[in-house]
Amino acid sequence: MKLAAVTSAELRMLPQIFIAFLKIGPSTFGGGYAMMATIEKEVVERRGWMKTEEMGDMVSVAGSAPGGVAVNSAAFIGYRLGGVAGAIAAVSGITLPTFAIILLLSLTYSFFKDYVKVQAALKGIHAAVVALILVAAWKMARASLFDTLTYMLAAAALAVLLLTNLSSVWLILGGPAIGMAVMGIRQSRKFDVRTEPASERSEKEAMLPEYYI
Amino acid sequence: MLWELFVIFFRVGCLAFGGGYAVMSLIQRETAGTGRIGIERFQEIGALSGMAPGSIATNSATLIGYEQAGLAGAVAATTGMILPSLILVVLLAAFFIRLHDRLSVRSAFYGLRPIITALIVYAAISFGFGAQTESGQLFGWETLGMLLICGGCLLAIVKYKLHPFGVLLLSAVAGIVIF
Repeated sequence: MKLAAVTSAELRMLPQIFIAFLKIGPSTFGGGYAMMATIEKEVVERRGWMKTEEMGDMVSVAGSAPGGVAVNSAAFIGYRLGGVAGAIAAVSGITLPTFAIILLLSLTYSFFKDYVKVQAALKGIHAAVVALILVAAWKMARASLFDTLTYMLAAAALAVLLLTNLSSVWLILGGPAIGMAVMGIRQSRKFDVRTEPASERSEKEAMLPEYYI
Repeated sequence: MLWELFVIFFRVGCLAFGGGYAVMSLIQRETAGTGRIGIERFQEIGALSGMAPGSIATNSATLIGYEQAGLAGAVAATTGMILPSLILVVLLAAFFIRLHDRLSVRSAFYGLRPIITALIVYAAISFGFGAQTESGQLFGWETLGMLLICGGCLLAIVKYKLHPFGVLLLSAVAGIVIF
């Protein structure tokens, strides 16, 4: 792990990394899919910091760690370019604009929120966000539900969420535990160990996990 | 207070698999569920967060932090939310690039993805109709209006491939007309 030994070349990279992601930050609207294209353009095409082939590694890491795919990708590229300091520079860069924008938006709203029409507009937006969540749920379901166990897991988890106050920690730890146990048994009995739905999508599309928003 | 905010969102950040919308249900359970903020205020915060660029979850963390303890609270909550991702991605990038080739990791995600699906569906239900259920006004004009807009948005996104931002703008107009 590159931690202590920061070379002077890496040190000079830090402001550049910060600025590159500062520019990407505001364009992370709409989440995963749209943002990957922006990052690829800035980091691969414009600055030549990474090769297109490395994008696959980035997506794999960014998708397996918790958190938004935008912040995770920034951390990955920043780390590749400038070690831990680079990762911090990239994450700060991509976070600062959205941090400022959401605070400004919220302040503007609290200034106007006594107007009935502003509240009505926000209610409309609330409904739209619910629609966006449903679209994300649909995409995630298509990528995750394909055999009896996955359907049962999703149904059981939804029932737990709706009917109990059990902490979600147990679900997030329990799902992988069940998955690993079942796959372990299937493997030892020489059964099929498919862990992903059969995909008709091309390699390129499969590389961009649009369900991570 | 700042430390408390940091810890709450650090915990959420550690579990934030599946990105923004799945995480909204975690945040809701940790904040509105424990009475830290009202469910109606949570819906407002979620709607505002959905309008801004960036992850809806991180944006909500920022706003909840700001509401509870001003700018320092916003910084504490946002940092808490992002720090676990930063640490884990650096560790993964350093040691386990080819993680996805291992069967154990793929099996873990095989089990995790249905859970994330459930979390996102739950987010839609509770974020969408939590306040109305709580106040006993689930079956009213308000819910009907919401369903109308929501259905229209789904049509716009799925059939007409409209950009999410355009959908949000149109639904704001629809909100003004209906409510």
